[in-house]
Amino acid sequence: MSKMLHLINKSPFDRNNLDSCLRLAAAGSSVLLIEDGVYGAMSKASSAGAVSKRMEDLTFYVLGPDVSARGLDDTPLIDGINVVDYGGFVDLVAEHDVAQSWL
Amino acid sequence: MEPWEEEGPEVVKRFMYVNRKAPYGTIYALECLEVVLIAAAFDQDVSVVFVDDGVCQLKKNQDTAAIGMKNFSNTYRALDDYDVEKIYVEKESLEERGLSAEDLIIPVEVVAAGNLREIMAQQDVVISS
Amino acid sequence: MAYELNGVSYEADEEGYLVDLSAWSKELAELIAQDENIEMNDDAWEVVNFLRNYYEEYQIAPAVRVLTKAVKKSLGPEKGNSKYLYELFPYGPAKQACKIAGLPKPTGCI
Repeated sequence: MSKMLHLINKSPFDRNNLDSCLRLAAAGSSVLLIEDGVYGAMSKASSAGAVSKRMEDLTFYVLGPDVSARGLDDTPLIDGINVVDYGGFVDLVAEHDVAQSWL
Repeated sequence: MEPWEEEGPEVVKRFMYVNRKAPYGTIYALECLEVVLIAAAFDQDVSVVFVDDGVCQLKKNQDTAAIGMKNFSNTYRALDDYDVEKIYVEKESLEERGLSAEDLIIPVEVVAAGNLREIMAQQDVVISS
Repeated sequence: MAYELNGVSYEADEEGYLVDLSAWSKELAELIAQDENIEMNDDAWEVVNFLRNYYEEYQIAPAVRVLTKAVKKSLGPEKGNSKYLYELFPYGPAKQACKIAGLPKPTGCI
């Protein structure tokens, strides 16, 4: 089985990309939230429960520059989400066999 | 008439701009802000509403240096200079995102959907983006 | 179009607004002002500097009515009125002063 990186770039309140990904991502995969997808990392938002539920078998990442741009540096993120920079983004793509963008 | 004397507008209409998109991911938020400022410069009765992901446009402490885009959140602070004083944020949208009025860059009127519905019904023109 | 200063060419749009905000300098401002037939005395500089600060803070070039109001708030009513600003910049205080300040065309002007 290939190790997959799932990329989410849409807000969970605007589209159901994150929901679909959480439903279909195989255990052991990684999920990286970028652009408007970073709103899915806010711990006090109504979308947080669905992410927390899969914290056990998926690894979650969020792109720091997109978090800062949206003013979320002062906002609590879901426990266990790893913040990465652009270099970390590149490393993640390199470490996984497949990168899938949920559009 | 001297160039510095201003003519008043012939017709004043009630314009409501409904912001529903997050900033930066798409161009809607910035474009709508520019349209609002243009309408306000023409002395129209302008109100601005933020619902759904639109409330994220007003989030404090935005820092876009690392993504290389213009941080236009500061421009919302100029709405007052443009005499745009009717700024509504839907309560339900804020709560869904775990945000409150204290998280926003400008003072706004937080209104529940039921009240916002009535304010919207009083407009001559409603433009959503 | 473009402005030529000390052998360097600075790109501007068809109306003469600088394309690259960061390319602006006092010397370049003097050149643009010459092009607009504006003499850059202390009063004119005060308005140009005010606009640059306004842009820095709000990321926007204000329309003329907004400029007048903001100048009134910070420099007083004897400067924050249309007559005074039009005397300094006869072809439109916001338009001409923004151009000299190296800012984009004011939002709300067509």
